Amino acid sequence: MKLEIGNIHVKELAFGENTALSSGRVQINREELAGWIRELDHRIAEVKLDIALPGESTRIMPVKDVIEARCKAEGKGFMFPGRNPGDEAMVGEGRTHVLKGMAIVTTGKVVGFQEGIIDMSGPGAEYTPFSKTQNLVITCEVDDTCNQYDHEAILRRVGIETANRIGQLAMTATADETRTYETKPLIQQAAEYPNLPKVGYVYMLQSQGLMHDTYLYGVDVKTILPTLLYPTEVMDGAIMSGNCVSACDKNPSIVHQNSPVIHELYENHGIKYNFMGVIITNENVTLADKERSSNYVAKLAVQMGLDAVIISEEGFGNPDADLVMNCRKLEEAGIKTVLLTDEYAGQNGESQSLADSTPKGDAVITNGNANQVIHLPAMQRLIGHDTYADMIAGGWDGSLQADGSITAEIQVITGATNELGYHNLCAMAG
Amino acid sequence: MTIRVVHYINQFFGQKGGEEAANLPIELADGPVGPGAALQAALTGKAEIVKTIICGDSYFNENEGLACMGIREILQDIKPDLIIAGPAFNAGRYGMACGKVGEVAHGLGIPVISGMYNENPGYELYRNFSYIVETTNSAAGMRQAIPAMAKLVTAWIEKEGKLGTPAEEGYMPRGLRVNFFAEERGAKRAVNMLIAKLEGTPFQTEYEMPVFDRVAPQPAILDLSTATIALVTSGGVVPKCNPNRIESSSASKYGEYSIGGLECLCEATHETAHGGYDPVACNKDPNRVLPVDVLRDLEREGRIGKLHDKFYTTVGNGTSVANSKAFGAEIAMHLKNAGVSAAILTST
Repeated sequence: MKLEIGNIHVKELAFGENTALSSGRVQINREELAGWIRELDHRIAEVKLDIALPGESTRIMPVKDVIEARCKAEGKGFMFPGRNPGDEAMVGEGRTHVLKGMAIVTTGKVVGFQEGIIDMSGPGAEYTPFSKTQNLVITCEVDDTCNQYDHEAILRRVGIETANRIGQLAMTATADETRTYETKPLIQQAAEYPNLPKVGYVYMLQSQGLMHDTYLYGVDVKTILPTLLYPTEVMDGAIMSGNCVSACDKNPSIVHQNSPVIHELYENHGIKYNFMGVIITNENVTLADKERSSNYVAKLAVQMGLDAVIISEEGFGNPDADLVMNCRKLEEAGIKTVLLTDEYAGQNGESQSLADSTPKGDAVITNGNANQVIHLPAMQRLIGHDTYADMIAGGWDGSLQADGSITAEIQVITGATNELGYHNLCAMAG
Repeated sequence: MTIRVVHYINQFFGQKGGEEAANLPIELADGPVGPGAALQAALTGKAEIVKTIICGDSYFNENEGLACMGIREILQDIKPDLIIAGPAFNAGRYGMACGKVGEVAHGLGIPVISGMYNENPGYELYRNFSYIVETTNSAAGMRQAIPAMAKLVTAWIEKEGKLGTPAEEGYMPRGLRVNFFAEERGAKRAVNMLIAKLEGTPFQTEYEMPVFDRVAPQPAILDLSTATIALVTSGGVVPKCNPNRIESSSASKYGEYSIGGLECLCEATHETAHGGYDPVACNKDPNRVLPVDVLRDLEREGRIGKLHDKFYTTVGNGTSVANSKAFGAEIAMHLKNAGVSAAILTST
């Protein structure tokens, strides 16, 4: 598959009379878009739109998903395919336009205990990659006929559909930069660089139930067996997030769209190694599923003739077992591994960090200790609801102080310890 | 600008005497005393030793609670920017005192720089709380220890408290994981490590895989019909509304709740506080995480003696192993004292 990505740099995001893109300015008709969102589901009770810009004294919480607005300018398929009848075409080929520098963020009352915080300035902003994007924030509430599953599904749909709608603005725009990514069918790809080692990417996805699910072409990944993807498919939304628990190390949809390991692997493709493709796998809760999926991953990697892989985890604790099984079984099959994880080492960093272990895991990248405590000063503007600070994962009784400041673990910050290596937080022995 | 430092030393270096003065209670002196003079000289213009705390080693170790309270009061009063303790070399009681001073200061948010021999028990026990420079095993190494400690203090001042790795800065590992922002993002570092591994060039893992404790199981219970069985869970089942506010992740506590007289748990009485799994099924039927209903059946059928009338619960989600170990030890003690024969541990 060959995909051209055309980035249109968004220099300004603002509300205005009509919804349009011109000279890098994305303008949104607030009333019209809010009305359109409300029509997406009859159980939506309230929709509010805000714009949150980098450097502002603004807090967004509880954050459910962050999505990049893209559209298919040429080629088959739709962004985030497989959700609606008629959208089943494979994606990852042709040309995709991206509104770079802005994001759609969804918030609203909590579904579980798990959603995150984005601060647009202050100490918290350093820990979230989404303080650097110009955010169109949708605060969406549902009526009381919805159970938790309905609530999550509606909010997920609202974010994705809005991103796709805004993405349409980029259809005929001229890209500021274009980059082409290509991965060939296995046999041809292997033949292209016969003297280079063959590498792959084992892409682990959360699949533990409500607020812990991920979708591949619209299919809940807890129901899949591990499978193969061309790396470009994710750039068109083949993977959609349905989880934000704990917010620090779950992958919002924008992280899948810009999947960091895939982009970094392409950098040395054909020079240091031959990047053959992606193995998608899940993180189910039962031991039998973990054994089956990790066996299947090792089998696919051998079948692809891989010499080495990068394995990224999503989440912590229970999925540590999946990470360790994947590592051990791949190494036993003679395939070298590098692991990406994060740590739960206690608030002072005094504890061991993982819930499972293997001596074969000798090459580990850590994306930081999620238990580190941070003080987030009050912000002038709050989008969403801060009353949940005491109960979200990483907060405690008393996290929210009377002045509006929050003391909590960085677990509460969306993307803080992202395990796809989306940003720079790391931990060391000190 | 110079920072304000308090120096902690023992009776010997405080020039109060040797073993015969080891029972000396806490004394506070102005400015540097003993090895403090050389430290002060090395830190001129950067730091000022405003006070020196002198305490006998035996006094400190035999009256630890009292000594710590005294130290805490002094530190709260003086509010120094930094504490220097020792160097204690391989003196066990002195090292323990310096280490404990580190723990007290840590609780007040005041950093501590110390010096010890690497086998001093004060390092092993209290290394989490202080930056400890490695010294020789006797005071003959004072001439190397003072510049090494002064160098670390200087680095601490210049880097505004954000010290680098033990190897870079010259302190012994504290057994802590410390966050920092790397120059390259994680995905790039992963690809670089992959290339090194493929090419057989040296690379440094960012996290050494942990080694786990193995707990030997107790001998089997031969006659369950007289046994008292308790239920313990990390699945977060709590009475409705989570009265003790156990955290949804990274729990700082566990709960002890009565199930005396309860035939089973139900949606109206119990729920889960756990933020790490789909809570819907557990909230609907909490017995599926804490199986009170089945245990009551077994009790009625005479297959177990009785179900212990208290259960213990916490949230396993993101809770550090250190916290979990502490909860486990306390829960085990409660169960043992209550004469419980065995416990069923349920996780999620």
